[in-house]
Amino acid sequence: MHSILETQKLCKSFGALTVADDIDFRLETGARHALIGPNGAGKTTFVNMLTGVLAPSSGRILLGGEDITAVRRAARVKRGLGRTFQINTLFRHLPALDNVALGVAERRGIAHRMWRSASSYAEVKNESMELLATLGLADEAAARVADLPYGKQRLVEIAIALGLKPKVLLLDEPAAGVPSAEADRILRTLEKLPSEIAILIIEHDMDLVFRFARRITVLVQGEVLVEGPPEEIARDKRVHDVYLGEQHHA
Amino acid sequence: MTHAGGYAADTRVRWIEWLPWAAALGAFFLLPEYLPLGARILIYILFALSLDLVVGYAGIVTLGHSAFFGLGAYTAGILGAKAGVTDPMLQMAAAALAAALLGIATGALILRTKALTLLMLTLAITQVCVEVANRATPITGGADGLSGVVVAPILGQFKFDLFGKTAYVYCLIALFVGWYLARRMVYSPFGATLAGIRENSARMHAVGAPVYWRLVLVYTLSAAMAGVAGALLTQTNQFVGLNALGFEASGELLVMLILGGAGRIYGAFVGPVVYLIAQDYLAKQFPEYWYFGIGLILVLVVMFARGGILGLVDKCIPFLKPKSSARVSAR
Repeated sequence: MHSILETQKLCKSFGALTVADDIDFRLETGARHALIGPNGAGKTTFVNMLTGVLAPSSGRILLGGEDITAVRRAARVKRGLGRTFQINTLFRHLPALDNVALGVAERRGIAHRMWRSASSYAEVKNESMELLATLGLADEAAARVADLPYGKQRLVEIAIALGLKPKVLLLDEPAAGVPSAEADRILRTLEKLPSEIAILIIEHDMDLVFRFARRITVLVQGEVLVEGPPEEIARDKRVHDVYLGEQHHA
Repeated sequence: MTHAGGYAADTRVRWIEWLPWAAALGAFFLLPEYLPLGARILIYILFALSLDLVVGYAGIVTLGHSAFFGLGAYTAGILGAKAGVTDPMLQMAAAALAAALLGIATGALILRTKALTLLMLTLAITQVCVEVANRATPITGGADGLSGVVVAPILGQFKFDLFGKTAYVYCLIALFVGWYLARRMVYSPFGATLAGIRENSARMHAVGAPVYWRLVLVYTLSAAMAGVAGALLTQTNQFVGLNALGFEASGELLVMLILGGAGRIYGAFVGPVVYLIAQDYLAKQFPEYWYFGIGLILVLVVMFARGGILGLVDKCIPFLKPKSSARVSAR
């Protein structure tokens, strides 16, 4: 299958501390891939390098076969790399609708316009409303995000990322802190996404990971320990030892 | 809560938004002896409005906005006193252009920084401008200021009179145009982007916005507006001094904006009115202690009305709040 996102020998060090060590990783088009690992394994650092928040110390990142290692954050988004954050990173004092619409307007190339009012761009408003409705947030569209419960804020995070119509969607712990009913809604939403979007999910909720992912990469101390389909990962003794522990032995 | 823009906003001009204009017209007819003070207030409103775009909407902290105001003032002054360009519109256009050029040049340099570093850099740019104006005595008049600025009648018809009538109407029209443009910008997708950058620039990067260039753009436009305000000051006084450029002018302006309420357009109207009228009154009543009164007002606003006077009004009279978000319809 064609690889949409790839890293080659990706490294990141902070002084003497190496948090990513020669990571070779491939995400296929339409993949449903999970990246797991214990706390401090370097998962978020890896995502931050992919999205341009952090510059790698060495190695290459390829998106659709093009080297994007030196490409700026915003330009990576324009090339189809969307993400959500581990900790909600929202426009807290703006309505949920505006949170989504800002990304939609950016993608549609109208965000720089200064003459017509933003609310007159019905296509942006409608698309944003549809996204919110898909995630069950239609009634909260007018609410300030800061006033929404945490679980719904996580859903707004996802709605913003979906508004960018990414080719690759990186979800950094989308279900963290979310009640199980809303985690289910997140999972159902992700399952309904177009199959051509490649999704990389970083998650601690193993139930969600094993239900969603068709391939799993295990990262430990900045290195890829093992990669394979969920059933293989579930059987792998090394994974049990470093990550799943007794919980999965049982 | 700031003045609402964004994709759910009701952009119609509400009745209350016409009040400042009604008051300004009323003052023209009812308070003819105060027209020079009125023109000064109108100029400072335009200046504060330009600062509001930067501070209130884009979240750029600055103590250097007087550099653009002063450059606009000196550009108009030098053209009128030294270059023989006396047409007020030309002077104003040149002032806007000069300030915009300084805005884009300095903005491109400093807007990669944030917080205290940014604040210090804006301050440094202002100080450099003051020093340049101070040293270039043959052109700027140095510490004595630039006098003898000639300003021809507006459109060849309306001469600046002793009582300040022409100046008042001229400033009012310039302010109206500035307000109209600023309001359009605030309600536009670009204005929504600025709100996004102010709220969370990391997220704006993550939705693909060229944050840095958007900041440079708003900084440049705001500089041009401040330059126009500076030109108005020169044209109405036929004089420009170093104080138009200095840090004090920036600080004073920031106080006015905080007093009125930043990030809501009309805070820039209320702040200068309250500040300059209080200054005028207190300076007459207590010539030695008038700054005490201004300081006291500011302390009270910061302690009890974080959103400025308009923030307080918003809290006290809920129906004055913008109706933006209530209009989002579920589909």
